[in-house]
Amino acid sequence: MTAETPTAVRVGMARRATAWVTAHLGLVPFLVYTGVFLGAPVVMVVLGAFQDNDGVFTTDNITAAFKDQFGRSFATSIELSALTAVLGAVLGAVLAQAVLASKEDGILRKVVSSASGVLANFGGVPLAFAFIATLGSIGIVTKALKGLGFDIYASGFNLFNFTGIAIVYVYFQIPLMVIVFTPALEGMREQWREAAANLGATKWQYWRHIAGPILLPPFLASMLLLFANAFSAYATAYALTSGVVPLVPIQIGSLVSGNVVADQQNLGKALGLGMIVVVALVMAFYNWMQRRASRWLG
Amino acid sequence: MSKAFRWLILSLFGLYFLVPLAASVEFSLRDVNDTHSFNTWGKLLDEPGLFETLGTSLWVAFGTVALTLILMVPTVSWVHLKHPKLRRLVEGVSLLPLVIPPIVLVNGVLVVFRDAPEVISGTPVILVFEYVVLALPFTYRTLDAGLQAIALPTLVEAARSLGASWTTVLLRVIIPNIRSAVFGAAFLNLALVLGEYTLASILLMNTFPVWTVSTGQSEAGVSVAVSLLALFVAFLLLFVLSVVTGRRKATLGATQGKS
Repeated sequence: MTAETPTAVRVGMARRATAWVTAHLGLVPFLVYTGVFLGAPVVMVVLGAFQDNDGVFTTDNITAAFKDQFGRSFATSIELSALTAVLGAVLGAVLAQAVLASKEDGILRKVVSSASGVLANFGGVPLAFAFIATLGSIGIVTKALKGLGFDIYASGFNLFNFTGIAIVYVYFQIPLMVIVFTPALEGMREQWREAAANLGATKWQYWRHIAGPILLPPFLASMLLLFANAFSAYATAYALTSGVVPLVPIQIGSLVSGNVVADQQNLGKALGLGMIVVVALVMAFYNWMQRRASRWLG
Repeated sequence: MSKAFRWLILSLFGLYFLVPLAASVEFSLRDVNDTHSFNTWGKLLDEPGLFETLGTSLWVAFGTVALTLILMVPTVSWVHLKHPKLRRLVEGVSLLPLVIPPIVLVNGVLVVFRDAPEVISGTPVILVFEYVVLALPFTYRTLDAGLQAIALPTLVEAARSLGASWTTVLLRVIIPNIRSAVFGAAFLNLALVLGEYTLASILLMNTFPVWTVSTGQSEAGVSVAVSLLALFVAFLLLFVLSVVTGRRKATLGATQGKS
């Protein structure tokens, strides 16, 4: 062993290097793919946010992205996402609990879980149309209420503004909540309730001191996910309002589809960077909450 | 929760979710002068663009499903089998699209593939590549959970010691064992592609959702009708899937209970 020649050492090193590469070879296709189709576009957005049209470094886009109409669109987007996240989370949790109380392999559960999968993922365009048919100016509910002598459009309601978008967003937020929160509810052990009852706890005490504290982290985590979901949504708001309500995704959309002067190309990227930062913060918080939650609900 | 109260809640939710759907049905049946007819549904088949765009969306969907499975099944299996430590890395990268809103991603895509060959950037091929990315978070979670649930090392060792090649192991041992995860990933990929509007519209690809929106501006009835149809078909697919996998789980549970 001590008399090992330099060549043998080199061969050994080369062999180890090859061994390392071959050992990690399985990851190469995945990393190359995500690098090209996810990494590269994101890098271009970030770089573009800090460049003017000639590629010279500038922070003008960033400052412009948080001023005036663009600053207001961030406020509107955040407000809308927060409102629909809270409504969706509360209503979705109630629905999930009501469904879980039904028979385990019953038809109700399967219908609700399939419908949730469809409505949460497939939402967008069809839902916008469904609501136009319901609460639009000639929608069925609008007409029915008018028949009863209550003209909602005359009293200030409008499907195509903030309130309207919020109502439609809640429609896909609830199903998403059902999907992400149901596992947490399923993780609640029946024994915990029994143990509490045996020790003389009332129903309220059980919820206040046992179920509540355990379910709070996953509940908040789901709410954050709903926030990110609403914040990124583009299709629904666009199909519904053709871009009248200034939300950040809509602004970016009109900047890239060239509805504005050409020298604002990189402003869209700056807005995009702002969105990534907001969602990244929310998701970091989400991960932290999830980790807390998984301590109890394995 | 008392039974009556529970049913009250369920009915209220049912109403909230069904009224817009019922309204859509009514809307699609409307005819001139406050009458109703099947006119809109009848002329769906002659609608210009419907079949072309639906065809485009379907081949994009199948391309996406195929590419997703080809890329992700080997990667996730390999990580599970050989490098459990790298799971966090693959998971992190796979969940990244959750942080990047599609409207932002498409902004970068426009820049990166501006000078790419026409075949990639000028045809829906680019959509296939990017939809695989959009579907990554869900695909990863589903496949990861599927592989977690089986005794992967034992199965693979057994197959290898009997002389099976890695391809055989993948196709005839791993995939059949995680087939409900594979089906789940495939179906949600399909649903995603058939409903995706943001990327397709900004990249000026005439897919089914894009056609639905542009038709809606002139013929609202038609786009409501096709939207309903798409929603219903997607629901049916998922429902059948949940019934089938549910039954499989039930039989598995029963056999395990007996042994």
